[in-house]
Amino acid sequence: MRYIEPHAHMVSRVTDDYVAMSTAGCRAVCEPAFWAGFDRNSVEGFRSYFTQLTEHEPKRAANFLLPHFCWLCINPKESEDTKLADEVLAIIPEFIDRPNVLGIGEIGLNKNSRNEISVLEKHVDLAARLNRLILVHTPHLEDKLKGTLLIIDVLKNDPRIDPGRVLIDHVEEHTAPLVLEAGFWAGITLYPQSKCTPSRAIDMVERYGSDRLWLNCACDWGASDPLAVPKTALEMRKRGHDEDGIDFLIYRNPCRFLGQSSVFKLS
Amino acid sequence: MMKRDEVLNLYFLEARSKLIDLAAFLDRVERSSGEDDFRLHAFRAALQHLSAAEPDKAKAVLTTLSDPTMEPLANAATKGATGAWPQFKG
Repeated sequence: MRYIEPHAHMVSRVTDDYVAMSTAGCRAVCEPAFWAGFDRNSVEGFRSYFTQLTEHEPKRAANFLLPHFCWLCINPKESEDTKLADEVLAIIPEFIDRPNVLGIGEIGLNKNSRNEISVLEKHVDLAARLNRLILVHTPHLEDKLKGTLLIIDVLKNDPRIDPGRVLIDHVEEHTAPLVLEAGFWAGITLYPQSKCTPSRAIDMVERYGSDRLWLNCACDWGASDPLAVPKTALEMRKRGHDEDGIDFLIYRNPCRFLGQSSVFKLS
Repeated sequence: MMKRDEVLNLYFLEARSKLIDLAAFLDRVERSSGEDDFRLHAFRAALQHLSAAEPDKAKAVLTTLSDPTMEPLANAATKGATGAWPQFKG
């Protein structure tokens, strides 16, 4: 079995996780910029983080034969501070052409505030001007439905944005149809407690088709499982899915979306 | 697509366990002192969908636990989410 882990925050994980993922068949790992669990107090904190994502983490992953790619942004949890957000947006061009940078992400909303929307619009504008892929985070729990609708509005209001070059992540049963019907790609995040279980994820694959879907573990510093994707593949086999369909969902699909970026190359 | 007995063979015991956990959670809440809040109101409303003759129960539960408004917040006073809409009245 082979798979791509399209969403994992490896800076928060131990090297044993790289060993486990590589052993399980992972062929590449992609790391969106995210919230560290605390607010960084200056743009220099982000400069260090982007350096970590573009220089240090690829070297660490390479020790386990894993190509490492990343996305850059200031995440929505820190977007309420629009002055800091503007400063971070201003340094992204310094890093955007580095050889493992896929695009802008994970941008989006957290509490669906006006400032978060403003910063989201600035990220979308940056991605459009630089012609980069976009990875979108949707809010948690009670804020997800409203946030997803607001995010789709922002993206649809910018005529430069091709929905086929945008993946909206963390969909659940109430948001997956909204994302897919609007023409975007959708990501299903497999978490032990929140977001989605393997069985629900496979339900959605069976109901909505796997054409523009990917699965990810989004492992980070919280309760999460770096092997959630291969474990879901096992459950797909139990449910009678064939190997070609599993390969399509967990390997060829992420390759199709990410392959729209010229930097996504697997040896 | 699995047949009905295949679904039950694969998932019944897991679902049974989760059902009992839900029942025990409600027993625990009801044994405790204090008042219900919006989370429990929304939870009980969402439970109604489980026994309804409707095809999209997961979506209905998620929607019941969601903020139904579309107006952006003036500001984000917190980063966290509670799992139910604080203004839920039932």
